[in-house]
Amino acid sequence: MKGALAIMIGAALILLLATLTLVVMPYLQMSAEQVPPDLKPYTEQQQRGRQVYIANGCVYCHSQQPRDPGFAPGDRDRGWGRPSVPGDYAYDQPHLMGTMRTGPDLFNVGARLPSIGWQLLHLYNPRVVHKDSIMPSYPFLFRHVDEAAEGDTVVYLPDAFGPESGQIVATEDALALAEYLLALDHTYPAPTLPKTDKPKE
Amino acid sequence: MTPTIAMLLIITFLLSTVGLLLLIWSIANNQFSHGQAAARTIFSPGEEGHSEDPALAAKPAFTGDNTEQAIAIAARWTADQSSRTAVLAWLSSAVFWLVLGSFFGLITSVKMHLPEFLMSSEFLTFGRVRPVHLNAVTYGWASMAGIGAALFMIPRLFKTSLAGGKYAVMGSVIWNIGLVLGLGAITLGLSDGEEWLEFPWQVDLLFVVGGALCAIPLLLTAANRQVEHLYVTSWYLMAALVWFPILFLIANLPFTFPGASGATVNWWFAHNVLGLWVTPIGIGIAYYLIPKILGRPIISYQLSLIGFWALALFYSQVGIHHLIGGPIPTWLVTLSIVHSVMMSIPVITVAINHHGTMMGNFGRLKDSPTLRFVWIGALMYTVASLQGSMEALRSINVITHFTHYTIAHAHLGMYAFLSFILFGAVYFIMPRLTNWEWPWHRLISLHFWLVSIGIVIYVVSLSIAGWKQGVALLDAAMPFMDIVRMTLPALQARTVGGALMTLGHLVFAFHFVAMLMHRGAGNEQPTLFRPAAKETAQ
Repeated sequence: MKGALAIMIGAALILLLATLTLVVMPYLQMSAEQVPPDLKPYTEQQQRGRQVYIANGCVYCHSQQPRDPGFAPGDRDRGWGRPSVPGDYAYDQPHLMGTMRTGPDLFNVGARLPSIGWQLLHLYNPRVVHKDSIMPSYPFLFRHVDEAAEGDTVVYLPDAFGPESGQIVATEDALALAEYLLALDHTYPAPTLPKTDKPKE
Repeated sequence: MTPTIAMLLIITFLLSTVGLLLLIWSIANNQFSHGQAAARTIFSPGEEGHSEDPALAAKPAFTGDNTEQAIAIAARWTADQSSRTAVLAWLSSAVFWLVLGSFFGLITSVKMHLPEFLMSSEFLTFGRVRPVHLNAVTYGWASMAGIGAALFMIPRLFKTSLAGGKYAVMGSVIWNIGLVLGLGAITLGLSDGEEWLEFPWQVDLLFVVGGALCAIPLLLTAANRQVEHLYVTSWYLMAALVWFPILFLIANLPFTFPGASGATVNWWFAHNVLGLWVTPIGIGIAYYLIPKILGRPIISYQLSLIGFWALALFYSQVGIHHLIGGPIPTWLVTLSIVHSVMMSIPVITVAINHHGTMMGNFGRLKDSPTLRFVWIGALMYTVASLQGSMEALRSINVITHFTHYTIAHAHLGMYAFLSFILFGAVYFIMPRLTNWEWPWHRLISLHFWLVSIGIVIYVVSLSIAGWKQGVALLDAAMPFMDIVRMTLPALQARTVGGALMTLGHLVFAFHFVAMLMHRGAGNEQPTLFRPAAKETAQ
């Protein structure tokens, strides 16, 4: 039993060390990081949209973490924005940084595509916008009605994509998700990044 | 920043001091002396040189040359029977989740190139089907089969009966309830939102309890053990069963890690599920089964212990290589890259042992199903791990990160390595628990070829497409939609590969059920790929 216990305790201690270096220390360092003054907390609606984003697994195809142009120039050149810093994620719980770019990075999609009409249309059927898109359609975030009521947000579709009769209107979930996407705008300067745009002496 | 550097320096200093003291202690206590004797503890007296495969040969493999040896063989049979209910509970559940998880994987794959497929239901949207696949195969198939195999090996390794098996059975029930609730929650859109940690934290408690219930028989059986040396497999299994509950508990603490530090915890955990949970189980099984089937001990026991501690030390700190280029401190990323490269040390030591022991015995791959699955799994461990060390380098990672290349790599590890070893283990374990031979060797052969061809198509197509995708993403000259179109043929090929694998799993599951129901010829003849080849075994 002594040998067996020694192995298990040794194994646990090593994991403790890893927890210290990979969990505790980063946590201490990053929670002390300055929150950019221009970063706004999510509104209630945007937060709800964020939950829709999580529930439907957008994170499995879209990242939210542009890399440094000195490292990966494509990120900047595609218009995905400046490299992100820990402070940018101060209000993100859980984080949605993502690991796949089957679709483009969304860290600044609100700045890149600021029209809610476009966002709703694209969510209803991405192939209206890009005919070869492999993004799923989200028809279940919309309602098919005979006639839009007062206050409904109608999605105007080209004939080929629309229903034969009646109209497509956005649900609260679709509006919240679109508002969340529009809130993904981190074009403000990051105080912790070195200012590279000034000419060097 | 300054306090961080100071802390790092202090930790490094303390660590090297502890390492030095440990080295002095182990030399002083002759820890290096138990070499090949320990490697032989897996054999019963006189068994070395005799293969323990197949289980029930018409001409028994080895029954002992004298009374003492025959008693030892009989004792092992008793030990096997003692774990029967517990092992069958975990393995049967695992096979069920494998089939379910495969179908969800297949649906996910089809959706990648036919986005309109099953699109009208929110419960079957891509972003829910994909995490159901991952969680079903990771926590359902791989974890449950791994625990099942561990429960089978523990009494054999300790040469005593499994004590407290009923706790493990209870654990399997709770674990299964956790899976049903967790996968249901993802389908309903109640995911926690982080990859590998999708199950709501309330459900996670069930896994901690279910896993802890398996630790009870482990500790009770270890307390009763009849062997002096702890064979290296038991090191890996014990460590894995200690690591997983700790990891799972910390990573799932709700409301604890906000923002960017949540990402580091997320990937620290996710890679540790591979490194400190399924990898030690997979390697441990291979360390047991390869020498048992060949009837010869592993070639270097000392090396296997170095491999174990190096794995523990290095693998536990590689996780942040999933965030290279991300918004986290550079020192942290560098730390993980260094450890990822250092992983080549345990990988090479394990490779020397696994493949070195095989040297001169490759002929047995032709007849033994278990050996064929397990050794190919071990080989793919070497390949996937060295590939992983490469992928952690910044210059490679800048291309492969965010692409299908990573998906191919993940399947090389979780499938070609781990699942192959688990398949082999199931083929070894089942006849010994049910006292029945596998009914049809052709079905094993069919299973083998379906999953092998499937995974080759899968990994090759996605690796090539992923690499091209990564190179293209770096240069904005190629429009994004062109990149999507470029990857389409590979995504279609993946569906073909995945379909073959799923088909293979159906064959495997059918055979498993037939085995449980005692179908076929039973114990008249051993089930080898080529019955005639068995005389050439030695």
